[in-house]
Amino acid sequence: MHLNTSRENAPRIAQPGTLVIVWAALIGLLGLTIAVAKLHVTSWSVVLNLLIATGKAALVLVFFMHLRSESRFVKVMLGVTVAALTVIIILTFSDVWFRR
Amino acid sequence: MTTKRNEESIDYTGKKIGMWFFLFTEFLFFGGVFLLYSIYRYRFPADFHQGAGEENLVLGSVNTGVLLTSSLLMALAVAALRRGRSRLSIAFQAGTISLGAVFLVIKGFEWGAKIAKGIYPNGPALLRMSNGGILFFGLYYTMTGLHALHVAIGLVLIGFMVRDTRRKVIDERNFARLENTGLYWHFVDIVWIYLFPLFYLIT
Amino acid sequence: MTEQKLESSFYKNEDGRRGVAAWLMSTDHKRIGLMYLGALLSFFSVGVLIGLLMRLNLISPGRFMNAQTYNELFTMHGLIQIFLFIIPGIPVAFGNFFLPILIGARDMAFPRLNRLSWWLYLTGAFIILLSFFIEGKPPDTGWTFYAPYSIRTPTNIGVAVLGVFVLGFSSILTGLNFVVTTHRLRAPGMGWFRMPAFVWTLYATGWVQMLATPVLAITLVFIILSRTFGIGFFDPARGGDPILFEHLFWAYSHPAVYIMLLPAMGIISEIIPVFSRRKLYGYVAVCLSALGIAIIGYAVWGHHMFTSGMSDTARVIFSFLTFLVAVPSGVKVFNWLSTLYKGSISLDAPLVFALSFIFLFSIGGLTGLVIGSLAPNLHVHGTYFIVAHFHYVMFGGAGFAILAGLHYWFPKMFGRMYNERRAKIGWLILFIGFQFLYFSMFLLGYNGMPRRYFDYPPQFRPLNIVSTIGSWILVTGLIIIFSNLIRSLFKGEKAPRDPWGGRSLEWRIPSPPPRGNFKKMPVITDKSHDDEAE
Repeated sequence: MHLNTSRENAPRIAQPGTLVIVWAALIGLLGLTIAVAKLHVTSWSVVLNLLIATGKAALVLVFFMHLRSESRFVKVMLGVTVAALTVIIILTFSDVWFRR
Repeated sequence: MTTKRNEESIDYTGKKIGMWFFLFTEFLFFGGVFLLYSIYRYRFPADFHQGAGEENLVLGSVNTGVLLTSSLLMALAVAALRRGRSRLSIAFQAGTISLGAVFLVIKGFEWGAKIAKGIYPNGPALLRMSNGGILFFGLYYTMTGLHALHVAIGLVLIGFMVRDTRRKVIDERNFARLENTGLYWHFVDIVWIYLFPLFYLIT
Repeated sequence: MTEQKLESSFYKNEDGRRGVAAWLMSTDHKRIGLMYLGALLSFFSVGVLIGLLMRLNLISPGRFMNAQTYNELFTMHGLIQIFLFIIPGIPVAFGNFFLPILIGARDMAFPRLNRLSWWLYLTGAFIILLSFFIEGKPPDTGWTFYAPYSIRTPTNIGVAVLGVFVLGFSSILTGLNFVVTTHRLRAPGMGWFRMPAFVWTLYATGWVQMLATPVLAITLVFIILSRTFGIGFFDPARGGDPILFEHLFWAYSHPAVYIMLLPAMGIISEIIPVFSRRKLYGYVAVCLSALGIAIIGYAVWGHHMFTSGMSDTARVIFSFLTFLVAVPSGVKVFNWLSTLYKGSISLDAPLVFALSFIFLFSIGGLTGLVIGSLAPNLHVHGTYFIVAHFHYVMFGGAGFAILAGLHYWFPKMFGRMYNERRAKIGWLILFIGFQFLYFSMFLLGYNGMPRRYFDYPPQFRPLNIVSTIGSWILVTGLIIIFSNLIRSLFKGEKAPRDPWGGRSLEWRIPSPPPRGNFKKMPVITDKSHDDEAE
């Protein structure tokens, strides 16, 4: 049987210090992303900013949402979910991009 | 007949993965409107540029900082509860709610400013814009509106958690509910992390 | 003896509640499953009646109704049959009733969430039906709500769409419940490859429900926002693109057909082995093909849009993927046939329905390949060929699977046996009516008769008459089948624990099952759940 109470199988309790450091990194990335937008007005800015956003999202996922201590199955299905949306976007763009 | 306590104390893992799965559905829900955004941005790059340029970068950045900090407080609230520090946890939860409220107030100001200028769906200033501009602001209101709705729901949920923590319904042994609320809140934060560059930074 | 059985069955109220409250407030998966079943079949009947009215018009266009009414009727028919009947369908009725039992659990992982799903279903259904009757006209866009007409039509679209949204939520929560239940509540020894194939299909369906329905949800939100606030995402006058609506809509609605179909195939995978006294041939392949259908089926939606104006690139890609999705379906069909081969066949009603499923579904599936090919699609899109195709797969497929499951599990759910002879007579008449009703549509469509048209040129009249007469025969068959089942509820022979010689866990417990399903939690050690045929 796989049932378990909260005491067992729960991830290690997060250290407040770690959480604050992650927060500082997030604020730092926020500053970075604003700087990129204001200073580098190139077409790569968008891509760069989205990458930075992904970095922030990853920090939230891993440290605030404890993704690291989740089962492999949850991590895989998160990937599957992202892949599902990606497939929808790509296939829709296969229409939009190639229309004459 | 099992008692209520019994039913709740079983299967922490089941509850947690259930919450993750629910967040997957939310990911696809928001994903649909991000898809629309990406297509219309591809079609009307100049208008989207201009639209983003008119956003108030200060307010948007402050709001981003506010939400990121609220996520920190939420994570601290969970950690505190798990260490048995219920009162501290309640303080952090209350802090999260406060920051969430600040976010909504700032967002309200932003919307108010636009509405005053006539920039709202079917508003006079909007209808005079190019198609790209109309779509940009349509997406702006839809996406930030949906997001704000989720923030508001989150505040209500955390409010319930404050109540449950005080009543000792949740504690260092039964914390799945608070953790799951935290997962929801962090997800809402992540959505904003992506909304911010899309509406404020593509200049 | 029988009094004692009923006493301890799940029909007995134990919570201190009585009457309707004891059922509506129940979190028992079996009660919820039965209530869903009753609701589903009631809505199905209404949908059938509307279908009869549509066919009545088509025997003599304009005699019984005008075009506006016809448009409203086919919209209502689609909304009811799809959103109130066949999508919730097998998962909410048989899935709810049997999933916990089949994996050796006492209930779902989240019983109260299950009850919420049920209440949401009732609410959503009520709201959709409301849109037919409140002030304003019933929706007339077809169940597909295509923009821009759905944004501009002054009918009760907003209300109907809200109802569908609520139903979608119900569906998502059901899928979530099923997936978590399968992960967490399997009995000791019940490994993934010892579970019945039906459970695998419910599991795959649960993921499709979770990962596809939200896309519909946001699309419905767009409709409401467009109608209420004039946000012109799909309005060409505002720079919007109507084809994007179709993309978003079908990105859900195609996976939705696999929500309808996968559990149906699961039921067939349960019935065929039992009634041929063999283990399911290629059990692992059958289970994995459910996942295969779910995954590939996620990427084929563009085949509903070949004539809408997509790029050639997109059309080629979607057509190719559409062919690919036929492969795992074929895997299932061949494995069923191999199971039957040299088996000891017991031609009882469940098997008769299951065999006709294979026949009808194959016709539907093969015509799907015709439609999925780009060049023929230009010819048959928007014609009755399509209508025939999807009725073969949805009604001849999923619908017949529901009837098969209903007869297979009737003894277990209700503790009674139905009348075998009447069931078969009903089946025969239903089957004959079905062919007249729908096969004529293949011919009509191939010869160019458009669908969703209130009227048609005179050369199509003879086949339309054939089709309408077919609808009357079909309904007669349905009446015989259901009156047989209803009568057997009260007058049927008491059913034994295991009338069919089944191998899965539901046949080890009493008919009907007790609260909590198992006196002692089962531990799976024996080979009856192990895979591979003799």
